[in-house]
Amino acid sequence: MTIFLFFIVSILIITSSLLVITSKNPIHSVLFLILVFFNTSILFLFSNAEFLAMVVLIVYIGAVAVLFLFVIMMLDINIAKLRQTFLNYLPIGLLVGFIILLELIYIVSQSKLNFTQKISINNNNISNQMLDNTKTIGNILYTDYFLLFQISGIILLVAMIGAIFLTIRKREGAKKQNIYKQILKK
Amino acid sequence: MEIPITYYLYLSIIVFTIGLIGIFLNRKNLIVLLMSIELILLSANINFVSFSNYYQNIAGQIFVFFNLSIAAAEAAVGLAIIVIFFRKKDSIHVDDINILKG
Repeated sequence: MTIFLFFIVSILIITSSLLVITSKNPIHSVLFLILVFFNTSILFLFSNAEFLAMVVLIVYIGAVAVLFLFVIMMLDINIAKLRQTFLNYLPIGLLVGFIILLELIYIVSQSKLNFTQKISINNNNISNQMLDNTKTIGNILYTDYFLLFQISGIILLVAMIGAIFLTIRKREGAKKQNIYKQILKK
Repeated sequence: MEIPITYYLYLSIIVFTIGLIGIFLNRKNLIVLLMSIELILLSANINFVSFSNYYQNIAGQIFVFFNLSIAAAEAAVGLAIIVIFFRKKDSIHVDDINILKG
């Protein structure tokens, strides 16, 4: 039963990600991207990552996909003009992609992964602590990976400042506060 | 019944290749190019989670977190660049992006 659901979800992921890159309208692309993310969160539920499934729902669908939708709505894109030179790069792109696909499939099919039994390597174990998924992630994330956690926060801060600084517009006639002038005023 | 890990690996390979072909073929729209990058990062996330389940080690799921935050930062900065490019050139066609050509 689980494997049947897995095949349904995988087929949905593959078809909708094909539709992401081939559909004419960018809005349709974003909607199919949302479908891909949703099915991936179901896939994460299959492999016992409940917290990450919810995080994918919240972060990817709630933040990133909505950001894409906002940008597409704000830009006035001419759909008919966008399809002009689509077919020029089709043969070489398909060739390179097909070669990479064959190589990766060869690597996986030659691997010695024994998928009938599960291996446990070290003490960061999921099953021997009687905790749920969220607590286990919290226990590891805030102790062993604390520095990486802080660095990813700094990266997000830099991205926020960068996005604001890039899109700020300096126009004539717009009222703006000049803090230096205001402080130095007698 | 347990799902074999190779199925997850084949799925992530296929999604990765679709994203790569999306980058190659995409000559029309910068936004779809960013979406292809999101697909590639998502295939990496599927790999991480399936190996985390296979080895019973939580570190894979923690790296998915970092992947998520980097993907969000990349999407924000990329979309900001697209917005200022559209303001300047009135188009986001990939062939129009040649300002840095010497």
